Amino acid sequence: MEPDAGTSTPGRISRDDVAYVARLARLNLTDSELDGFTGQLADVLDHAADIEALDLDGVAPTSHPLPLSNVFRADVPTVGPADEADHRLFCDEVLAAAPAAEESRFRVPPVLGEAP
Amino acid sequence: MSAVSLAGAVRSGERSARSIVEEHLAAVADGEGQIHAFNLVTADAALERADRVDAVVAQGGDPGPLAGVPVALKDNMCTRGVPTTCGSRILDGWRPPYDATVVERLDAAGAVIIGKTNMDEFAMGSSTENSAFGPTLNPCDTTRVPGGSSGGSAAAVAAGFTPLSLGSDTGGSIRQPAALCGVVGVKPTYGAVSRYGLVAFASSLDQIGPFARNVADAALLLEAVAGHDPLDSTSIPASAPDLLGVLDRGVEGLRVGVIEEISGSGPTGLEGFAPDVQSRLAEAAEALAAAGAVVEKASVPSTVFGLSAYYVIAPAEASSNLARFDGVRFGLRVDADNTVEMNAATRTAGFGDEVKRRIMLGTYALSAGYYDAYYGKSQKVRTLIVEDFARAYQSFDLLLSPTAPTTAFPIGEKVDDPMLMYLNDVCTIPSNLAGHPAMSVPFGVGDDGLPVGVQVLAPANGEPSMFRAAAVLEAAAGGSAGVAP
Repeated sequence: MEPDAGTSTPGRISRDDVAYVARLARLNLTDSELDGFTGQLADVLDHAADIEALDLDGVAPTSHPLPLSNVFRADVPTVGPADEADHRLFCDEVLAAAPAAEESRFRVPPVLGEAP
Repeated sequence: MSAVSLAGAVRSGERSARSIVEEHLAAVADGEGQIHAFNLVTADAALERADRVDAVVAQGGDPGPLAGVPVALKDNMCTRGVPTTCGSRILDGWRPPYDATVVERLDAAGAVIIGKTNMDEFAMGSSTENSAFGPTLNPCDTTRVPGGSSGGSAAAVAAGFTPLSLGSDTGGSIRQPAALCGVVGVKPTYGAVSRYGLVAFASSLDQIGPFARNVADAALLLEAVAGHDPLDSTSIPASAPDLLGVLDRGVEGLRVGVIEEISGSGPTGLEGFAPDVQSRLAEAAEALAAAGAVVEKASVPSTVFGLSAYYVIAPAEASSNLARFDGVRFGLRVDADNTVEMNAATRTAGFGDEVKRRIMLGTYALSAGYYDAYYGKSQKVRTLIVEDFARAYQSFDLLLSPTAPTTAFPIGEKVDDPMLMYLNDVCTIPSNLAGHPAMSVPFGVGDDGLPVGVQVLAPANGEPSMFRAAAVLEAAAGGSAGVAP
């Protein structure tokens, strides 16, 4: 984020921070929602401040409880669930669950500028 | 009747699966109006399935270890062609194109799925008040919450709607509602049960597990759904552990440590534990000692930081996982002039407040400039917790704590104060961060007459000894739990 970039002990989350984060997360907030969420997020982050005091130098981060390694399937060609007909049926089922589909694709409103 | 007896009766031809399913559907019809445990009851499909189970028995076959036993599924497990909502408006109308692995395992074991249970939206909550479809009420006292996020699954079992259900547990979402509703709830070792088809909340923490009215039934269900699944890359490459076979082995010689920091008994620990909950924990420890276990105080110091780390790590993972709900491929779409505005309009209308809070919290914690301060530090705290547990398990086989700091609280009491709500999870979160199994066993009631749960914790893959201790606690508490017959 722009404000305070690079600091290790951030200040209290501001209303502007929340508005910025909401925009990143594709959420539209009303003014009163913005006020409410700012206080609530600050409470949670204040609680997290108790780990500020810990000496964590030299501690390795844990991102996952298991010693994970990549899992590979056998290197044989597959087409969908079983065969091509099944695959088409599966695609049809997936597309049928979409809000809008056209020609075997998900249909969305214009992404860039005006629609052609 | 227990799930173990029901399955036995169906397999031997003594009872029909149809009669069992009809009996439970009647209980649902009778009591669901007061409890709201379900988002969907699949009565017709359940009866058809029961008939197929009965047909197998009639032909001399064995339908499997869960023959004819009703099971309810938390509504974040995909069921092909059957609505799966995650308690959210954003999945409105969505029918998954495939079954979760647990659904296939239940089918292979002869179980009968009777419906999808209510939950906090996307499993974010500790009271089931965050469901878009209204709260579930606690069958022990309908003015109280059932806990959460798997409150519907816990309530369905406690109310006698089903002998078994599955929930998911990211920070306590199986164990805490089990404690508050007076039933058994198990979070297995991370990777013990396939998460294929479980809608992800926080992928490094999520785990599916059973609810039941007694320890043996929970073991029966866990045995049926556990075991390696190539479709989940985090699945442990081992077969399901034998649990029913070891249940009666007792705890003679097992070393059990009561975690001071998360039971309100240590000088440096957390506060806020109700005295009646602490008394039941002390009695549970005595019961294990009386059965031959060596019970002592244990210290797992960094567990006090679990809550802080969790409420950074889980929202961070959630903010990424929930990015997929954008109005393009499934569920709700709110139209707008361009795709970015459509994404935002859809997410704004589709998500409830708690989900929005966590997405924003996670987005903030992962953003440049704050990543190291929040997410990076939390991951290091996670390491401390893993190391502290490892040290404790050099001296102990099992650990003990309350499951939740209090009995079930009144509906509405904490829903407007997220931080107060999060404090419900202080005892359960450390096991998720470490990836260890833990289970809640009902152990008496509090001063208000509501159930108290005791949590048994074990190291990774320690389910067999964890279940042995649970069975001893159950016997000491006076048999199986729940308010239902």
